[in-house]
Amino acid sequence: MSYQLPDFPDMNYYDRKKRTLLDQLYVKEIGRGVWITSKHLFRNLFKWLTFRKGGVVILYPEEQRPDLSPNNRGRHVLVQRRNGSPRCVACQMCATVCPASCITIEAEESDDAIIQKRPKVFNIDISRCIFCGFCVEACPVDAIRMLPTTEKLVGYNRFKMIYDRDTLLHWNPVVNDDVVHGYNPI
Amino acid sequence: MAELEIPAKYKIDEVRKRKEILELPIASPGDEPIKINLGPSHPAMHGTIKMIAEMVGETIVNIDVEPGFLHRGFEKMMENHTYPSALPYTDRLNYVTAFINNFGYVATIEKLFGIEITERCAWLRTLFSELSRITDHYTCQAAICSEIGAMTPFLYFMQARDWIWEHFNWATGARQTYSYARIGGLARDIPDDWLDKCKEILKSNIPLLKDIHGLMDKNRIFLDRTQGVGEISQEDAINAGITGPFLRSTGVGYDVRKALPYLKYNEVEWEVPVGKYGDNYDRWFIRNREIEESLKICFQCIEKMPRTGPINSDDYQAHLPYKPEVYQTIEGLINHFKIIIEGPKPPKGTIYHCVEAANGELGFFLVSDGTGTAYRLHVRAPSFMTMGALDKIIIGHQLADIIPIFGSVNMVGGECDR
Ligand code: SF4
Ligand code: SF4
Repeated sequence: MSYQLPDFPDMNYYDRKKRTLLDQLYVKEIGRGVWITSKHLFRNLFKWLTFRKGGVVILYPEEQRPDLSPNNRGRHVLVQRRNGSPRCVACQMCATVCPASCITIEAEESDDAIIQKRPKVFNIDISRCIFCGFCVEACPVDAIRMLPTTEKLVGYNRFKMIYDRDTLLHWNPVVNDDVVHGYNPI
Repeated sequence: MAELEIPAKYKIDEVRKRKEILELPIASPGDEPIKINLGPSHPAMHGTIKMIAEMVGETIVNIDVEPGFLHRGFEKMMENHTYPSALPYTDRLNYVTAFINNFGYVATIEKLFGIEITERCAWLRTLFSELSRITDHYTCQAAICSEIGAMTPFLYFMQARDWIWEHFNWATGARQTYSYARIGGLARDIPDDWLDKCKEILKSNIPLLKDIHGLMDKNRIFLDRTQGVGEISQEDAINAGITGPFLRSTGVGYDVRKALPYLKYNEVEWEVPVGKYGDNYDRWFIRNREIEESLKICFQCIEKMPRTGPINSDDYQAHLPYKPEVYQTIEGLINHFKIIIEGPKPPKGTIYHCVEAANGELGFFLVSDGTGTAYRLHVRAPSFMTMGALDKIIIGHQLADIIPIFGSVNMVGGECDR
């Protein structure tokens, strides 16, 4: 075999008929249990004392996780054109594919004759969104994306968790990012 | 209080005869049984399930198990979403093994279409399924430990599980509800160094498992609470339609991965562990052994997997076209719109496909009427079958034994009630 298997714990079946008096006395097990748990305790205590690992609890809305994966599906953003208007052409693809039906779009006529349509209303109900990322995949002009961050995903009631177009729009794509795969939708 | 009719086989003398192992002080025959209601939201029950136990003294003489409090209309929702956009719902069946549900669901549709998945995709799906199975078994084992009073192994298991879940986030974008499968492939390729890190994480799980074994294996309190409690015979288990670790703990070596090999399970070496008595301890043992076997499969997958290659099949009838084609060509754009608005249209017909989920055989029965939406989709949920046999294994035990028994059958509400 080409692969190397590590050394497994290899649990042995412990038949109920083969219990010994030593097992029944339970003394040995207490010793073993104290040994294992205190090993963990002192290892963690030493780490904590030397500032190598802080607590694992994060007070969520105030604190953010620093180690989130860059692929994490977090907050939605609407991508802007260079002049600051949304790149979205109100084609309704994201609203159609959304399994939770949480996107509401109303279209209006755009000033630009080539673009034709733009969203007048673009609401995402964050309290109903299941963060599946299908809207990002469905968009034919790369107008909606998801950031890894989970900040600002909280609200005191469910009506405050409906994000409108301008809340979603405040993000500016960096440098030449709006040129997608050689095609510039501007 | 109204007169309660106790069926003859549940009379205390009969119960005592059937369970000679119990030498419990039972109230004198003729005492009226007391009804005790557990659930649906009881702090000691995981999952929303209601149990009405009839007790004589501390012994349960009759029990009525009522699942269904987590019913969300899964099957109805599948009938009004197109095939791809219904995928996130399958994540929420058994929410600990979302990968296995995802892959089972898309494999059913692929079978209907006749789509062949690529080599690399099949290996990745095998790897993800096994990692998912490991996390599910961790969760179940942790629950058993904490229900018996051992909080430390619970935390060790959770730590090990969290390492794997965090690592999933780097590949899929979510910790738990991945929505990672697509018809004919996967949502995206994994990052470059993902596999090597995965190997390290799995290796670092092994010392933790050793510690847990050290704490639990010969612990008399644990053995007393699990051995001889919740026994079921092979015959009863088969008659109730139970599969998975529960069935294997009674000594039947039925595993869908061996019986009807799918993905790459016939190209890796592993064995099916079986138990002896079908009690709580055997279920614990089987799950531990399965964690080891799954770890073996994972290491083999990582070794044998082709490191490069396509992950999506080039059959365009079901999955979205690649983005450059959508942005640049009109054909790609129309294809994209068609698939999203109407959904991919499989041929008419019915199909059944089953995979081995963490609790047993998870099957999808699909009736297609040729449109982009399922006419009917039924899920054969493994947990639902175990609920049918739960009264058999609980009767005759004490009230306090319900919790470890219920923990070790690992009922997952999302999957059982759909
Ligand atoms: S992430 Fe999913 S649920 Fe949320 S808005 Fe997008 S498609 Fe809808
Ligand atoms: S965000 Fe994209 S998919 Fe959604 S309406 Fe705008 S252009 Fe269409």
